[in-house]
Amino acid sequence: MGTPLTPVITEHWDRPDLYTLDGYRAVGGYQALDKALASDPDDIITTVKDAGLRGRGGAGFPTGLKWSFVPQGDGKPHYLVVNADESEPGACKDIPIMMANPHALIEGVIITSFAIRANHAFIYIRGEVPNAVRKVEFAVKQARQAGLIGKNIKGSGFDLDVVVHSGAGAYICGEETALLDSLEGYRGQPRLKPPFPAVAGLYASPTVINNVETIANIPYIVDRGVEWFRGFGTEKSPGFKVFAVSGHVKRPGIYEAPLGITMRELLDYAGGMRDGSSVKFWLPGGSSVPLLTDEHLDLPLTYEAMAEAGTMLGTGTPMVFDQTVSVVKAVTRWLEFYKHESCGKCTPCREGTYWITGVLEKFEHGQGQQAEMETLTDLCGQIAGRSFCALGDAAATPYPAAMKYFREEFEASTHTSADEQFDPIASYIFAAAGVR
Amino acid sequence: MPISDQARAQMREIAARYPSARSAVLPMLHLAQSEEDAITTDGINACAEVLGITPAEVTAVATFYTMYKRERVGKHHIGVCINTMCGLLGGDAVWDAVVEATGASHNTATADGEFFLERIECQAACTHAPVMTVDWEFMDDVTPASAVEILDRLRRGEQVQATRGPVIRNFEATERTLAFPDDGLADAPSVDDKMVAGLKIAREQRMQGGNA
Amino acid sequence: MTITNEPGAELDSRPELVSVIVDGVAVSVPAGTLVIRAAEMLGIEIPRFCDHPLLDPVAACRACLIEIEGVPKPQPACAQVVSDGMQVRTQLSSDVAREAQEGVMEFLLLNHPLDCPVCDKGGECPLQNQAMSIGRPESRFTEDKRTFDKPINVSAQVLLDRERCVSCARCTRFADQIAGDSMLELLERGAQQQVGTADDEPFDSYFSGNTIQICPVGALTSATYRFRARPFDLVSVPTSCEHCASGCSLRTDYRRSTITRRLAWDDPQVNEEWNCDKGRFAFSYMQQGRIEWPMVRENGELRIASWPEAIDVAAQGLRAAGSEAAVLVGGRSTVEDAYAYARFARVALGTDDIDFRARAHSDEERNFLAAHVAGSPMRVEYADLEAAPAVLLVAFEPEDESPIVFLRLRKASASGTRVFSLGSGGSRGLSKMNGTLIPAMPGDEASALADLPAEIREALAAPGAVIMMGERVASAPGACAAAGALAQETGAALAWVPRRAGERGALDAGALAGLLPGGRPIDDPLARQQSADAWGVDPSSLPQRGLSGDALLASLRSGARRAALVGGVEAADYPDDLIASLGGVDFVVSIENHHSAVTEIADVVLPVAVVSEKAGTFLDWEGRPRPFGQVFRDAMRDCDAAVLAMLAEQWQMSAPSSVSELRAELGRMGPWTGPRESFAPVATTHSPGTGVRLATWRQLLDLGVMQEGEPHLAATARDTVARMSGATATRYGLPTSGQVSIHGPSGAISVDLEIDDSMIDDVVWLPMNSEGSRVYRDLGVGYGDVVRVMSGGQL
Repeated sequence: MGTPLTPVITEHWDRPDLYTLDGYRAVGGYQALDKALASDPDDIITTVKDAGLRGRGGAGFPTGLKWSFVPQGDGKPHYLVVNADESEPGACKDIPIMMANPHALIEGVIITSFAIRANHAFIYIRGEVPNAVRKVEFAVKQARQAGLIGKNIKGSGFDLDVVVHSGAGAYICGEETALLDSLEGYRGQPRLKPPFPAVAGLYASPTVINNVETIANIPYIVDRGVEWFRGFGTEKSPGFKVFAVSGHVKRPGIYEAPLGITMRELLDYAGGMRDGSSVKFWLPGGSSVPLLTDEHLDLPLTYEAMAEAGTMLGTGTPMVFDQTVSVVKAVTRWLEFYKHESCGKCTPCREGTYWITGVLEKFEHGQGQQAEMETLTDLCGQIAGRSFCALGDAAATPYPAAMKYFREEFEASTHTSADEQFDPIASYIFAAAGVR
Repeated sequence: MPISDQARAQMREIAARYPSARSAVLPMLHLAQSEEDAITTDGINACAEVLGITPAEVTAVATFYTMYKRERVGKHHIGVCINTMCGLLGGDAVWDAVVEATGASHNTATADGEFFLERIECQAACTHAPVMTVDWEFMDDVTPASAVEILDRLRRGEQVQATRGPVIRNFEATERTLAFPDDGLADAPSVDDKMVAGLKIAREQRMQGGNA
Repeated sequence: MTITNEPGAELDSRPELVSVIVDGVAVSVPAGTLVIRAAEMLGIEIPRFCDHPLLDPVAACRACLIEIEGVPKPQPACAQVVSDGMQVRTQLSSDVAREAQEGVMEFLLLNHPLDCPVCDKGGECPLQNQAMSIGRPESRFTEDKRTFDKPINVSAQVLLDRERCVSCARCTRFADQIAGDSMLELLERGAQQQVGTADDEPFDSYFSGNTIQICPVGALTSATYRFRARPFDLVSVPTSCEHCASGCSLRTDYRRSTITRRLAWDDPQVNEEWNCDKGRFAFSYMQQGRIEWPMVRENGELRIASWPEAIDVAAQGLRAAGSEAAVLVGGRSTVEDAYAYARFARVALGTDDIDFRARAHSDEERNFLAAHVAGSPMRVEYADLEAAPAVLLVAFEPEDESPIVFLRLRKASASGTRVFSLGSGGSRGLSKMNGTLIPAMPGDEASALADLPAEIREALAAPGAVIMMGERVASAPGACAAAGALAQETGAALAWVPRRAGERGALDAGALAGLLPGGRPIDDPLARQQSADAWGVDPSSLPQRGLSGDALLASLRSGARRAALVGGVEAADYPDDLIASLGGVDFVVSIENHHSAVTEIADVVLPVAVVSEKAGTFLDWEGRPRPFGQVFRDAMRDCDAAVLAMLAEQWQMSAPSSVSELRAELGRMGPWTGPRESFAPVATTHSPGTGVRLATWRQLLDLGVMQEGEPHLAATARDTVARMSGATATRYGLPTSGQVSIHGPSGAISVDLEIDDSMIDDVVWLPMNSEGSRVYRDLGVGYGDVVRVMSGGQL
């Protein structure tokens, strides 16, 4: 028996009324809030620190530490901003959380705001998913009506206003400083750091920016304690994770499990690969992390093990592709995405994604030049570590990783198109059903 | 068509949500788009006027975000995810089918104004690939045939239920939701089997889970 | 060394120094210095595009990546602040830095059209230069370049080639941070990111030309200079701007005796690196419609004459008048020329009837200038504005009337200076300075000053506060006295900011009745002695105090004066009819460079040089000398002083004729240390009557004669509108939009009404000298007078 699944955030998702206040309360919701409001805010920060919760948005920065950077008693307003701009290719776990269990997010928002002494919280949701926007707004409205948001919450003297904010289509706004600029009503381009948001973030005031899943963890940690939380995962990657498995698996979907579960175990839960198929390559968490192959299936899905394998846990939403997929085509498609989403601010990302995409498209059509394989490596090197923000680094990731394991496919693409190498129809998920 | 006084009042209402009014520009532009079916010069000027910033500043914002369209969208916005996961799992075929069925192309509307097609990027629903959106509501796990059927039903005015979301309204209604999210549709179905795939196993296998 | 505007870099405090090692060389720099500036101090030039010392760092272009010991990734030198002991390695000593820079350069050139041979910037282009130093000799890029339609007009004056743009955002940051005109923005995103404007609002900023100058590529070009020259074929001469009293340092470029363009030149104490579009683009007047030859009137017609003949006729006419002659000097003279007029009046003509104020003026103003301004040392400087806790503007609209003062006040306001404007309404400029309006009816500034709220008096009492008076105080009876009293009471420094470049210099040079050079009172024996000594005459030969202002004009009109020597005067600049006044004298000599209403009635016309053809000095509003050299020589025309010297010869007098001689003589006279005229208040009975009062001033870009021949510039001028509050419009039954007409004794002006609720009630504002609104000529009234307003366009 392998690692068991651990539904926590997802525990009651089969309850049709979970999205309502009553439904959430019926399963113990908002108990953590009572506990939190009765504590010293600093103790909550300490609890989250001690729990070792790491940011679930991709970077894995320790959440409690991030909170502790907010200067207290500085006389300035503090803000909590929830990054609900989930747009990373492959990431599909925050949107489900917001649609299924929005009150876990709201309860987390209230507790976090109380801890960092923020009287204003913003939930920045990507605009392309109105159904998440309305669910969260509904939860905020119910919480407000129940006195869980507003003035003097539950007699604690703590005031909080929560605003649900719709984005409008820009992957870059997942970058926290770009998100702040966007939330302030500007183009979503990243800001110079320092100053860091914890000191000068939204409206130049101390601001914590956390991912949806990160915040949704908070009520459970506060309610059940550090020991409980650390009972899952590893020393460096404590807790559990809402894994979303997609691709050529039998049962793609949401699987909440402790960090440290292996991809092979997750694959098993997901019913294994579709019939007649095997893992060609997979990515632990989004297109911005280097891909791995079937030789990595037994590695624990932790921040540290993934780093050791030369990749990153990222958003913890594994994408699994089988042998029908052209890696050249996959990488080209991702680069087209980065080119489309590059904000334009810095030269390496703006021009580099433009160039790389153009060259990759030639490879996809079987028209790459042998020498251009090295040029592409150079170009990725000219972006990585030199762009303004992590988007450039992300764009420079897929090609070198793909070359590491699948060089021969790029070589073949100097004369044969991706579609000739790999019949695109074969990779369609509905191919078996004979649908054309 | 100029932005109505009522819409301007609603813009001011949105602006009042924020400590700094300019923060409202994105939802205000959604409202303007809901009014005009596109981001028009009038819409930009109205936002600028309400916020006390220049039309150029609003234009700078409006042109940065892909959801804002300078061409009229028409009745329904149809998105087909062509990012790697959806595209390679069949989104490419879905796109071809949708193009063939409508005669429109990327970021253009059909002549009758019924559909506006867009090759969209990752919609955060990779578990449900290939994904299509109608007025940004999820149409999960589509096939070329099911996608075309959805369009046919929309064209015939039949009721179309989003897979995880409400009954389809139209593009302008969605844009309004993004400006005023309390649209009364929060009870729309939003959780499906794939979202509880792990939970189902945990229950079946009596895993103690997080309560251990 | 570049002056930075980093906090803590004030010159009078001693900033903490930190030691940083760049390429192995240690240098001590103030804490907070950016690495790129520290490297500059060592003469190490790191490539850069987005970096500009007067703009906030953005680190967008990544051209300046350098290696810092202990930091894993290369860092942008333009945004990295030094720390003590920091080890920096630039491209000179680090492969990491050099490779990063080369990579960025390759990316920058990717989509660039490489059309240097047809690009205005070719030859002075940072992209071209840095591509030569850090770029690859051959491109590896074989894909299609991004293309855009080009060029597009972001304004009538500024054109944009989006293919050349490297998205450094200098232009957009300038527009936003410096000018406050956020009409130029980055649009779209990613590879499609481009500079642009809103659909229906061009980049009509008064400062738009600066974006062309700071563009590090050829993306922004000027409609006038485009394709006119190659930089390496141009001769560049440092000059000073003649358009206003802001005092900008300029660079004038010419080719074959033709000015091709003018640029703002670095002067950290004055204009920093900026100038306004008038100063930059309005120079065609110097090259068009000039008077070529001397002319004398014969049988009622002007005919061309030789210089000897013209000088002879002029001298005869002036001599015939004896001391019953008057001198009018326009406000555009250099110090040297104004001094020559002042000297010629007193020595050759023997008259003290002289005035440089070719505009609305008052005796109170004269007395104020004589008592507080003439010959005084610099009391308020630009730097003082930046440091001031509060600045009160009185009858002064800096963005229109002294644009660099505006830029500095805007900069000051961003770091805490509170700007108050005593006037009849808000303005775009005032909003951009985060300013506060103190309501005052036009002409009633004196009472508003007397009734100033206590809170503002307190603000002005803070050390370093400044009161700035514009030229319109002359139209506000009692305002000079009230401002002087306020300054006395609060301790605030008082600055008079004339509009024209030559006014402060003319005042100091003695071109105003009662004042010999240096502010010397003409009644003071020592002052007379010193002046006479300098001029080589007997003090007793100098005239007694003469007439100025209205009294002088009246004496001309009445025939009490027989001749007038008029230099550089536009009749239309006077609220009253100057030509009628000159009609009262027998003989008029006009010293001019363009045909004008005065030359039309003059008996002798003597052509003179424009600023490009002569050397000279302007005193800016601070009183700071702005000397400039001759750009190129014109064989036929010399400066006014040289012409006056030729005339003086007819009196058997020798007068200095060259700028160096004039400067030397002025220098020998030295500053006046004796008693100044004490301020003599002038009793006024200001009763314009009831009704709507007119507020009016000259917009920066208008029908001014020195802006002639610049259609592109003129097209960026603000629209002519009448502004008034909604309540006023309602009270007078006017529509809230559409045409209204404003009526005065001479006629009416029909313009579109713009409701502006920042205006106080019962006031209507009109531009004084704009297309469709020439207030003096069309209405026959001026600032503070009562007009009638009516709906519709009826005249």
